[in-house]
Amino acid sequence: MNFRDFQSVQDRRRFLQTACGVGTISLAQLLHVDRLTAASEDAPSLNPLAPKTPPAPAKARNVVFLLMSGAPSQLDLFDSKPEMKKWDGQTLPPSMTTKDGDFAFIKPSAKVWASPRIFSRHGESGMEFSDYLTHLPRCADDICMIRSMYTEQINHHTGQLKMVTGTPLVGHPSMGSWVMYGLGSESENLPGFVVLNSGSGADAGSGLWGSGFLSSSYQGVPFRSKGDAVLHLSNPPGVSNRMQRARLDAVRDLNEMQFSSVGDVEIASRIASYELAFRMQMATPELLDFSKESPKTLEMYGVNEEPTRPFATNCLLARRMIERGVRFVQLIHGSWDHHSDLIKGVQDNCDIIDRPTTALVKDLKQRGLLENTLVVWGGEFGRTPLAEDRTPGQEGTRGRDHHRQGFSMWMAGGGIRGGQTVGNTDDFGFHAIEDRIHVHDLHATMLHCLGFDHKRLTYRHQGRDFRLTDVAGNVIPKLLV
Amino acid sequence: MSGRNWISPLVWLFFAAGMAPAQTQTLPPAAGREVDFARDIAPILKSRCESCHGPDQQMSGFRLDTRAGLLKGGDGGPAVRVGESAESRLIHLVAGRDEARVMPMGGERLTRRQIGLLRAWLDQGARWPEGSQAIEQSEERRGRPKERHWSFIPPERPAIPSLRNQEWVRNRVDAFVLAKLEQEGIRPSPAADPTALIRRVSLDVTGLPPTPQEVEQFLSDDQDGAYGRLVDRLLASEHYGEKWALHWLDQARFGESDGYQADFTRPVAWRWRHWVIGALNANMPFDQFTIEQIAGDLLPDATIDQRVATGFHRNTLTNRESGFPLEMDRVEQVFDRANTVGTVWLGLTVACARCHDHKFDPLTQKEHYEFYSFFNTAVEVNIDAPLPGETAPYLKRKQESDRKRRALMAEFRADKLQAEWEATVLRACLNPDDPAIDLQWKVACEELRFEVDGIHQSRFSGGEEVLRIPPAERPERYANNLTRYFVNHVFGRYTEKQRYQELCWDELKKRLATLEADYPALSEAQAISDNPNPPDTHILLRGDFRSPGLQVHAGTPSFLPPLSAKGKPNRLDFARWLVSRENPLTARVAVNRMWQEFFGQGLVATSEDFGARGERPSHPELLDWLAVEFMESGWDVKAMHKLIVTSATYRQASKTRPELETRDPNNRLLARQSRLRLSAEIIRDVTLAASGLLDRRIGGRSVRPALPGGVANLGFGDFIQWPESTGADRYRRGLYIFRQRTLLYPQLITFDAPNTLMAHCHRERSTTPLQALTLLNDPVFFEAAQGLAARILSEEQGSAADRIDYAFRVSLGRAPRTEERERMLAYYREQMQILREQPGSQKTLVPSSAMDGVDPIEAATWVGVSSVLLNLEEFITRG
Repeated sequence: MNFRDFQSVQDRRRFLQTACGVGTISLAQLLHVDRLTAASEDAPSLNPLAPKTPPAPAKARNVVFLLMSGAPSQLDLFDSKPEMKKWDGQTLPPSMTTKDGDFAFIKPSAKVWASPRIFSRHGESGMEFSDYLTHLPRCADDICMIRSMYTEQINHHTGQLKMVTGTPLVGHPSMGSWVMYGLGSESENLPGFVVLNSGSGADAGSGLWGSGFLSSSYQGVPFRSKGDAVLHLSNPPGVSNRMQRARLDAVRDLNEMQFSSVGDVEIASRIASYELAFRMQMATPELLDFSKESPKTLEMYGVNEEPTRPFATNCLLARRMIERGVRFVQLIHGSWDHHSDLIKGVQDNCDIIDRPTTALVKDLKQRGLLENTLVVWGGEFGRTPLAEDRTPGQEGTRGRDHHRQGFSMWMAGGGIRGGQTVGNTDDFGFHAIEDRIHVHDLHATMLHCLGFDHKRLTYRHQGRDFRLTDVAGNVIPKLLV
Repeated sequence: MSGRNWISPLVWLFFAAGMAPAQTQTLPPAAGREVDFARDIAPILKSRCESCHGPDQQMSGFRLDTRAGLLKGGDGGPAVRVGESAESRLIHLVAGRDEARVMPMGGERLTRRQIGLLRAWLDQGARWPEGSQAIEQSEERRGRPKERHWSFIPPERPAIPSLRNQEWVRNRVDAFVLAKLEQEGIRPSPAADPTALIRRVSLDVTGLPPTPQEVEQFLSDDQDGAYGRLVDRLLASEHYGEKWALHWLDQARFGESDGYQADFTRPVAWRWRHWVIGALNANMPFDQFTIEQIAGDLLPDATIDQRVATGFHRNTLTNRESGFPLEMDRVEQVFDRANTVGTVWLGLTVACARCHDHKFDPLTQKEHYEFYSFFNTAVEVNIDAPLPGETAPYLKRKQESDRKRRALMAEFRADKLQAEWEATVLRACLNPDDPAIDLQWKVACEELRFEVDGIHQSRFSGGEEVLRIPPAERPERYANNLTRYFVNHVFGRYTEKQRYQELCWDELKKRLATLEADYPALSEAQAISDNPNPPDTHILLRGDFRSPGLQVHAGTPSFLPPLSAKGKPNRLDFARWLVSRENPLTARVAVNRMWQEFFGQGLVATSEDFGARGERPSHPELLDWLAVEFMESGWDVKAMHKLIVTSATYRQASKTRPELETRDPNNRLLARQSRLRLSAEIIRDVTLAASGLLDRRIGGRSVRPALPGGVANLGFGDFIQWPESTGADRYRRGLYIFRQRTLLYPQLITFDAPNTLMAHCHRERSTTPLQALTLLNDPVFFEAAQGLAARILSEEQGSAADRIDYAFRVSLGRAPRTEERERMLAYYREQMQILREQPGSQKTLVPSSAMDGVDPIEAATWVGVSSVLLNLEEFITRG
């Protein structure tokens, strides 16, 4: 047991002695409940959420995954392609588009559309960003920009499932669930895997936080912006906290009597779950209360302004959750699916996300949390270098189609080497050609940062050992510190 | 494959077969010397190819351990052209010409030098010296082990074991269990006390708790056979069908929406569930239950019910995301049907052989597609399935309805406008490659596949297909759907506002809706039928619909008994084969799942996997005895249930036995019963039952209980509609809650209801704080506490202690022990004290009128007491 684990057991003991009603829990019961909360080698925990030490040294303990549902246009944000200007308005050589040019809507004969945006270089490495992004470039030295992502999926639902669960098939555990399965939860009073939604949400919906065939204890808990942040967190109308505590005490005592009578450990587990529920009820209002945040912080995120407010609130919540031991925050914003009106659409989204995203990275960094927190930003695929013209003759309404052969994502913190751009696409931004990184490779690298060999984090289901990376994936050393 | 895919299938074939024009400049050059097979080639083949293409397995039907195998090629066609290495698929694959398909799959690539050697070898004639030590020539198929896997050998009725302690045995089930216990020197547990037993068996058989009166009656029945009579009464209850349908629905991945993206609903999916409940209540023999669901449409003179039964296959997901290839979705559905049937009836992980031979079981990839082929010929249809009393009035008013509809459309010129629109869209649908047609019409054609009201329930009747049928020949239902879609969703989009208003289109919408409400169509149901022009089945390379390989024909795996059919076997032959006496798996799998429901785990713990990776049975003879008994009883499900619940094994106490904790921690030996947390739906049911709110109507449409604010927004966009049910519908059993796949009812997910996306053979039982929050705070559960409080106050007029006793009996089926009564009285006093000190809360806690005439503080205190009871671990547990 390392020091941290030791400390957390001590903390639990202290908690149980103080919070659960003094003197109501006998030593034997205490030891028993301890078995429920902390795992050790000789006494495996009964609690699937008990924190676990990863098999290898880990740089990252937590993850914030910013999923940009709908697929942002990498060619208008990160992947500058000056060569494309020469081809603007022309068709691509068929050798490029027929090889694996499976598009959702357009034809291989669609015309090249060079990005009208202006790109400039930032940070020590001269990382490129388009003029859509005015805040994020300030993080250039912390970010690792990947311009050579690729996937097999060109439809949203399957693409998002692939990005988050490693397979386009439904019913598989999401990345957050895998991480919970591997690492458990550090939080005493909050769920370990939290989902924050803004904008129009994501096509794949709850599949993005489901635990698939893993225990449902590992599924993501959506924090809601309306009503209770966590479902049924508030007492029923008319029930005061004092009444709630009296109710819980009675439930616990009667459950303990039943435990003495039939001796089923499941009862002890149920008792512990009620205590955790009560702690969640008490802790969540504090989590959601931004009154102790400095005006400077609120301003930095844009919490009190439009159009940043909803996304900024989620970003600030993400930081506060990470501070409080939440393992995995999945922050979803949509939609970036700009088949038409791309110029305005991307601008609108950048107005919403640029500032809060930047604030999140900077804030994590200034609080020393970025070191241990892996931040990942990206969509399920990219967008075509070819224009999609749904209304011919009106170029202002142009968009881009789904594109899987080359797109951009970025990572930061938690073992990732910032201040570098990895990979390249060809001159049209069509195919990733240099340092190609598949979704499985991204997952393998993320798990590596968390202290796992992605091939060993497995779960047997229907006779097969499943893993996040299916049967593929390589850790990409270039991305790492 | 339709013309909708931008890349024509021919092009795909071209690549798959590796006959693309050679681009030799991208390949490493052939080695410029004479190669020696043993020195240069054999080591490459042995170390890099053999594990997947050798004696152990032949991925994609290709083996590289013999020259014959090399020359024969694989499912994708020829692998090499001797003398022309640059034209050889093998070389293209190892050279990585297509980045997505590089061989060897995984691991390091071959070096340029190695590829050069292989090229030179092919160019020089691919010599393969006789007797070369290269690769051992073994013809023994992998996975055909010398000893057959236990579950593939047909069960025979084993002899009943002899025992020392005959008295304990109540029926033959017990003999097998006791024999094993005696072997281990363990005594069985004493019988559960009668109050525990009646609650257990009531919950297991009907999913509802016994009422205090039923408990009383059972306890006072001291005649012989009291328990048997109780069991008979429960098995005859119509709630039996509800309880057991739940388990079947899990396996059938029953859902009422598409499952992807916008997650369109399937408003008539409930008809299949209704059929299941009825079939279970009627104790339909399991062989018939099987045949009707798998191939009811193919039975001679199939009845409507038999066709409704095939709705089993309609529980697949459907992806209508714009731009998603139709054929890909269809193929995924066929896979899903084959896999589901494999898991549900055979306990086999058929899906594992989609891309390659099964890694653990003797199922080859080819056999997988032969199995798949049975389902490849099915198409989705929605059929007229009138409910009782519907047909006569419908027929009587049909002419009138048709006349009014025609007149209405003509009055608004909608008939003409629709015809114009149809012509334009149809042109776009038929000419996807015509550059003269605007993309917007192509998108309109795409959308037609997804959006047509009512039509989207069925692939066969997808919007585009309907459009292709000449108007006069369209089935009425489809024609009406198309019109409704045009009027409500299309016209407004393509028309200028002014014209739209001039035509009074909103008025038309309103009148059409009124007309359809006045003349309701016949109820329909989802079914399948055989495609008159079935597609050929090919092995799909890597499971990809774009890469068809070898053609195969419907057949069953060779490690199972052969299917005998006259001529080409069809789905009906297949269904009969499943329930034939020779089939070693179906009966074992079925009785094992029954056992699992009565004991918490099956005799085979992996009830979804009877293959090599599954666990071996804890009591193999008992499993076989039950399987044979089941078949010989005429697949009598209720008889099997009765046999199990009347056994002494089932009737044991569930109290933990510390002395067995280390010896038998998972209770595999069955030296006691198990305590099992109830399923999500049953938790709702027992809560509503205790509260007196439960609506006990059997079957019928689904309901949508209120969702907490904001939950519906978690689905994609604003697609999901959740019109809340009202009145008694709010209190229906959990089984009837609408299964919107991307937005399952939160209480059900919280308590481990499966995701409805694939077959689930058993449920998990987790314990989480979200469950506690639900039972404590969810309005449904708190309303139930109020209901229970009202019951206590009106049904028991005695002292507080008497009322507490009664409340225990209603909720837990037993009286409290002394210490429990005292603790609850202490809580009762505490709650009352708090209410006195915090005046005002009682008004919120007690719903108006429900407890008229009772002191509000008293009433609010009982709400608290009730809520404590409904939160007890014992309340949500079957002991």
